[in-house]
Amino acid sequence: MDLTLMVWRQKSADAPGKLDQYAAKGISREMSFLEMLDVVNEGIVKAGGDPIAFDHDCREGICGTCSQVINGVPHGIEERTTVCQLHMRHFKDGDTIYIEPWHGKAFPVVRDLIVDRSALDRLIQSGGYVSVHTGGVPDANAILIPKGDADTAMDAAECIGCGACVAACPNGSAMLFVAAKVTQLASLPQGRVEASERVRGMIDKMSDEGFGNCSNHYECQAACPKGVKVSFIAKLNREYMKSWF
Amino acid sequence: MILDGKCPSGPLAEKWSRHRNDLKLVNPANKRKYRIIVVGAGLAGASAAASLGELGYNVEAFCSQDSPRRGHSIAAQGGINAAKNYPNDGDSVFRLFHDTIKGGDFRAREANVYRLAEVSNSIIDQCVAQGVPFARDYAGYLDNRSFGGAQVSRTFYARGQTGQQLLLGAYSALSRQQAAGTVRLHPRSEMLDLVVVDGKARGITVRDMVTGEVSSYAADAVCLCTGGYANVFYLSTNAMGSNVTATYRAYKKGAFFANPCYTQIHPTCIPASGDYQSKLTLMSESLRNDGRVWVPKQKSDNRPVSEIPDEERDYYLERKYPSFGNLAPRDIASRSAKEVCDEGQGIGTSGRGVYLDFADSIKRLGQDAIRERYGNLFEMYERITGEDAYKQPMRIYPAPHYTMGGLWVDYNLESNVPGLFVLGEANFSDHGANRLGASALMQGLADGYFVIPYTIANFLARTTPGEVPSEHEEFRKSREEVDALTKRLLSIKGTRTVNEFHRELGRIMWDNVGMARSQQSLERALQRIPELRAEFWEDVQVTGSGAELNQELERAGRVADFLEFGELMARDALQRRESCGGHFREEFQTEDGEARRDDENFSYVAAWESKGVGRNPELHKEPLEFEDVTLAVRSYK
Repeated sequence: MDLTLMVWRQKSADAPGKLDQYAAKGISREMSFLEMLDVVNEGIVKAGGDPIAFDHDCREGICGTCSQVINGVPHGIEERTTVCQLHMRHFKDGDTIYIEPWHGKAFPVVRDLIVDRSALDRLIQSGGYVSVHTGGVPDANAILIPKGDADTAMDAAECIGCGACVAACPNGSAMLFVAAKVTQLASLPQGRVEASERVRGMIDKMSDEGFGNCSNHYECQAACPKGVKVSFIAKLNREYMKSWF
Repeated sequence: MILDGKCPSGPLAEKWSRHRNDLKLVNPANKRKYRIIVVGAGLAGASAAASLGELGYNVEAFCSQDSPRRGHSIAAQGGINAAKNYPNDGDSVFRLFHDTIKGGDFRAREANVYRLAEVSNSIIDQCVAQGVPFARDYAGYLDNRSFGGAQVSRTFYARGQTGQQLLLGAYSALSRQQAAGTVRLHPRSEMLDLVVVDGKARGITVRDMVTGEVSSYAADAVCLCTGGYANVFYLSTNAMGSNVTATYRAYKKGAFFANPCYTQIHPTCIPASGDYQSKLTLMSESLRNDGRVWVPKQKSDNRPVSEIPDEERDYYLERKYPSFGNLAPRDIASRSAKEVCDEGQGIGTSGRGVYLDFADSIKRLGQDAIRERYGNLFEMYERITGEDAYKQPMRIYPAPHYTMGGLWVDYNLESNVPGLFVLGEANFSDHGANRLGASALMQGLADGYFVIPYTIANFLARTTPGEVPSEHEEFRKSREEVDALTKRLLSIKGTRTVNEFHRELGRIMWDNVGMARSQQSLERALQRIPELRAEFWEDVQVTGSGAELNQELERAGRVADFLEFGELMARDALQRRESCGGHFREEFQTEDGEARRDDENFSYVAAWESKGVGRNPELHKEPLEFEDVTLAVRSYK
């Protein structure tokens, strides 16, 4: 099939950006979205141009590197799917596809479709861990964890840190990302010890980094490729309140 | 040269604890004076950087991804082995050791493998303490599952994404050290050279992948944790960014490369659908528990599955291996698939695929039972292929997955270049000629959490901190070399893209140095690779400049290295005139097509020393001695 692409091109963080038009010809239905972009890029390079820069790595939906807003939706319209797992059979001949980088004040554009997501790493550095040194820990079965709690922790830990939740949020909030980490660790006895410091540290850092607040749009949950639930944000709020008492 | 692995003396079970008592220590007040470079932030790199930071060393960590949470360890699905014996089914450190060394077809160093088994239990304890949400039973205890190559249940897991959860655990420990200021992390940075001064590793040269700036970092020791080289085949289950550049450039600076021909081909991956295919996706091996593998008996049979009656199907694994059937080990299942496809019985548009059929299991157990066991995998399969595996068989084909070879290291994980340590998949040490499932995660974390913190101290204690400053002549030279290479790549302005060369190299490697190798195929590869390399340097097209974010340039440098490294792999495979583990030489097989090892002549580690591009590398050997295991033939009939 033949497609028209409207792709955000921007040389660097300071340079102005704009949507450029490209023709994607002879695209097969079996291709992944990123393989379609590979084909377009091969054509650009052969013509001596600068290929479209985009982030990607594992191409199996787990590393969280790929990050594109496709026709206005982070990771595209397919539910629970990263860009790398989106396939061209969901498009049809003659379609025009708009491809943009993640939106959000905390995610400045690096080049074309690549943004700087280091703010998410700094959120984790502000408390998203258990303060344990290597060695000197008890036997793994010394502390029993009810299956329900372990499952809740794992549901929250599904987060791949791609940032789609931030890109989808009208406020550019990282609440779902923070909520996932806070819930994971607060559900486990190992993480309870520092629960108050953690939740306060991460919430403070979120404002410092320019992320917005939550006003219950639930766009984050709709965009999340791993199905992380907004109910964790309620848990985050509870943990935050609790931390002051 | 005969290499010395520096294994400690004494009984096997006491070697590591005795050795630790003999290792020198660094005074706590002096630790911050030492600077250690850690390259790579997968399981090995993140765990090493975090642990060394906790001890008080000054750590400079580098990764090519935008965040250390994205190293390719994250894609591991199945689990991590440990000898906890929680299920009371007879497991022990010795058994884990024995299964691992046997699984590696007796081509690994005994003392290293034993240590790996010994520290395996501490890894599970550590990860649980970090908040890794392993699967648990209803009483709150940790759950275990069984895995290939073992008769006990010793695999700990976190749903189908154990690698992700372990990596996020190590990443959280690393983040904590970044906050504490002991580790400075440089993301989007690619190591392009190892700096060696007076025979010792003293630093690295890196390119900032955003600005293009090339700079050097000096240190008292360098740890490479940069993963494997399966992308030499172009199509593999590795991430797009996985490459050999860091280890290969260290090799060019004097580090020996050991057993490069040991590569693992995983039997259950989704087949390629066309030339544009960029990577292959692995489907967990556990599917073979309930799926039957078959191809049509008739060649080029294009009928839909429903029109092929049972008697016209060849269930070739059940036919050839009646007792193991569809559960034959990875290397055998992979090779058999290739054989039937070579015979023209392959399925799909490319003819490179076989069916994995669940119809009988669904009939026997019901669709719900199958959904419960493999629901997420069926979902993943449908997302990629658009096919419903409950209604029609999956199509699968083998794909390169893991590389057992790597830089040569001694028992202390130190290479032959003093001060250069190599951890995880990047070294060669623990898996021999074949790796068992759920052992890669174990090795990465063992090296990073529990080995390097001890052994690196022994090296540093004999080193004056900051002996060689980054103003040293060698650093300038290294930067000039890197700049010259960039300039050269950009100046060719040919007609073929980097990807086209990589794809072509991949085809040569897959056809000639892949699942089955012969003298003839290897000689063909040794002739064809240098030709392709020459074409690359005459005709590659790399656009843009070096002073900006330039993904084509990044790829070009990596493919340039693969174009040299492929030759080394073929050379290693050619000299190893035996079949063992993932290395199958067609000339060396038993009557019924099994691998035939030659312990008398090939029970050694092959470590190659670079003599420059286009010149034959020199082979050094480390003899493998087995004190506590009896070498036996692996049989799966």
